[in-house]
Amino acid sequence: MCGIAGSLIVGGQARHPDMARMLATLRHRGPDGVNYFTSPLCALAHARLSIIDLETGAQPMSNEDESVWTVLNGEIFNYVELRAELQGQGHRFRTRSDTEVIVHAYEEYGDRFVDRLVGQFAIALWDVRRERLVLARDRVGIRPLFYTKSGGRLLFASEVKAILAVAPERASLDEQGLAQTFTFWATVGRRTLFRGVESLPPGHLLVVEKGAERLREYWDWTFPAAPGRTDLSLEAAAEELHGLLQIAVRQQLRADVPVGTYLSGGLDSSGITALARQSTADLQTFSIVFDDPEYDESAFQRDLAERLAVKHCPIRCTDRDIGNVFPDLIWHTETPVLRTAPAPLMLLSRHAHQSGFKVVLTGEGADEVFAGYDLFKEGKIRRFWARRPDSSWRPSLLSRLYPYLGRSPVENRHFARLFFGQRLDDVDSPFYAHLTRWTTTRGIFKLLSPELKAQLASARPEDELRAQLPARFQAWSGLARDQYIEVKTLLQGYLLSSQGDRVSLAHSVEGRVPYLDHRVIEFVNTLSPRYKLRGLREKVLLKRALGKLVPETIVKRVKQPYRAPDSRSFFDAGAPLSYVEELLSPSSLRRTGYFHADSVARLVEKCRSGRALGAGDNMAFVGVISTLLLHEHFLSGRAAHGAQVRA
Amino acid sequence: MTLRAELRRFIVENYLLSRDESLLRDSDSLTAQGILDSTGALELAMHLEERYGVTVQDEELHPDNLDSIERIAAFIERKRA
Repeated sequence: MCGIAGSLIVGGQARHPDMARMLATLRHRGPDGVNYFTSPLCALAHARLSIIDLETGAQPMSNEDESVWTVLNGEIFNYVELRAELQGQGHRFRTRSDTEVIVHAYEEYGDRFVDRLVGQFAIALWDVRRERLVLARDRVGIRPLFYTKSGGRLLFASEVKAILAVAPERASLDEQGLAQTFTFWATVGRRTLFRGVESLPPGHLLVVEKGAERLREYWDWTFPAAPGRTDLSLEAAAEELHGLLQIAVRQQLRADVPVGTYLSGGLDSSGITALARQSTADLQTFSIVFDDPEYDESAFQRDLAERLAVKHCPIRCTDRDIGNVFPDLIWHTETPVLRTAPAPLMLLSRHAHQSGFKVVLTGEGADEVFAGYDLFKEGKIRRFWARRPDSSWRPSLLSRLYPYLGRSPVENRHFARLFFGQRLDDVDSPFYAHLTRWTTTRGIFKLLSPELKAQLASARPEDELRAQLPARFQAWSGLARDQYIEVKTLLQGYLLSSQGDRVSLAHSVEGRVPYLDHRVIEFVNTLSPRYKLRGLREKVLLKRALGKLVPETIVKRVKQPYRAPDSRSFFDAGAPLSYVEELLSPSSLRRTGYFHADSVARLVEKCRSGRALGAGDNMAFVGVISTLLLHEHFLSGRAAHGAQVRA
Repeated sequence: MTLRAELRRFIVENYLLSRDESLLRDSDSLTAQGILDSTGALELAMHLEERYGVTVQDEELHPDNLDSIERIAAFIERKRA
């Protein structure tokens, strides 16, 4: 795991920027060393977190005759097998590093080298002879990579702050990106919060050669036309899945440093921990404990840790901890967030780091691959209801949703029926399951200043997402469509980023996600929805596959998605924390210009007095604070200076 | 201030976080406007009990009683009668 940065001269007499300045902003990703490759046309920089081949794994790394150079952020988990294959084809290796397989695989397979990689990666590769730059990002988007054109150069880096450090003109808000974030919780496609800075989409290559630039998709989530494969018994499918998960976990345990796991106490992380335990004698687990029982899962964590005989290391997270760490969190996420849930995970990565760990396996991705979210059930119920809108018992199934919420949208069946009945007949919408969630999230728009509201009046976040959907999308089952939208919005843009890569690397910890091994995804995606959501029972296949490894108490427990206390974390005894008070002062709100001071004051009062009961108000409050922090960190004109100071 | 005007002010200030009372007409559906859901209904019931001294029974937490300003006003008047 590491931070990478680079520059390609694409115009005139441009010169490379100060690469050390770019890397200085990324040292949290790679504190173990820095190194550079520089040629007249291309510069590559690497901040290293040493995990594999501690002695000779320094980057940038080249092939035998130094005609191909690369920097890698991430891991190539099948490097052992790939190395043997490439050696068989005559390639000579100088190191034991996973990075070195990239340059040889490129020599052997050209741009198709990415198809051979199993891993989580952001790669920059410079082909000296052809004067050709290749940027590549893993299939699912676990590791980030951003790029922009600035002053005759193509600049790229693991985080936007490295780009801003040498291209301060990019420290400008992309209002459309903000509108997307205030709808989907994330930007989609190439868009970011910074105008002119693009994100290389997951599963894509960007090739720049002699002035021509080509973006190519090499992998995407895909599903069969409905209904999908039904020929396997559930038992046979579970056995095949179990085998794939074993391979994924075994390969992801590859490291020359100790590997731990994050254990929430739910099925997904328990499954990964149990699989990892099979081949790790002294496995260590890390968990978050909350005081509030609505969020706390510590009893399940302890239970599993005892049964598996692992060394369990929990940390207690208070409301105050969340509020205190939040400004730092937004420095790392580089985007507003609408929930505080990433904050405790940042504290957890600090805890893992302080415990001497650089690598953890996590259960992220299982809810998307195996259909674990209540949102998928919501879509299923609404489609079922839409077939007979006059039915009174069909909508009564809504009462089965969101049992884990203290204040649930189905708490009152009459209002639930009205709420979830909105656009009930819009079943052909690609966003059918997501419409109600997005409506709630967009409540934050009412807080915008008149100026920003006017700028965003024509913003159509859904249209941009719709334009990115594959042609085959409408042929898929309703569940597959819902899964795809979930992946392209919340998973890629939020869970793997703000709640994944950014918070773990904030403290130099690499998170690995075996459920998102593409071989697992490809197998499960071929199957009919019945293997995932049977009736309203979620993750049927995964539960069967893990049934022998994980105690029944965990397999059968009611799903509790990971969440954390929201608006109340920013108050202490009824008063806002000092930085919150400062950010929300009328003068600050007028100066920054994003929000309407009067409206924000009403929301603050509602939150302060504990009257903000619903998800909408809490999301809006966290969204306001995080947007203002984003401004302070990056958009206030102090950005470049700030980047240097923070680094 | 009339009951309807009071209710409008409360809803505009607390749900729309605004002072612009022209945003809401007496007959507008609060659910369709994205103002009221299950949780919002609970907030509204708490306010009605505190401000108007009425008790809202569970079965009265129904859109027929709460989904517009005119319905809420009629509901309170019925409860007070």
